[in-house]
Amino acid sequence: MAMDATEIERLIKEGIPDATVTIEDLRGDGDHYAARVISSAFAGKNRVQQHQMVYQALRGNMGEALHALALQTSVPAN
Amino acid sequence: MSDNPVFDRIRQEIDENQVVLYMKGTPIFPQCGFSAAVVQVLSELEVKFKGVDVLMDPTLRDGVKQFSDWPTVPQLYVKGEFVGGCDIVKEMFETGELKQHLEQNGIASATAEA
Repeated sequence: MAMDATEIERLIKEGIPDATVTIEDLRGDGDHYAARVISSAFAGKNRVQQHQMVYQALRGNMGEALHALALQTSVPAN
Repeated sequence: MSDNPVFDRIRQEIDENQVVLYMKGTPIFPQCGFSAAVVQVLSELEVKFKGVDVLMDPTLRDGVKQFSDWPTVPQLYVKGEFVGGCDIVKEMFETGELKQHLEQNGIASATAEA
């Protein structure tokens, strides 16, 4: 099972509309990605909550169709 | 008691042990790179922890994900509280936050800094 990078980006942006999403296909196999997500919606939330928001946006694909997504979240600088 | 008996088991496990890692495989033989990475971090900090192999128990494997509303394993718990998965643990280790978090909870870790 695998997921397309553009599909991952689309789902994240659908769930977190102001997000800046950068996705890297770590092995070129469509199954191991790293995503960096920047959004003002993360403000005041801890890392667990921020990652949960991204997982929610991915609607159950994480851990299923999407095996590995190294996630880094942050709020925009200013 | 909760609706799900697995939740009670997890609650008891993370209350009785200061540091618990739900993982794939065992601390000696991790079966997944992400689990291995967290074991590596805890080893470097010389933190004693209880490793629980979710591959031995499908109910637990699903249950722990629901328990924390977190879709993946490994999952690290300190003093009964979910700290994070592999990415968060690694990030917290690199910034020194993990060591700080452990200290704040009265858990001994390696004093030597690299």
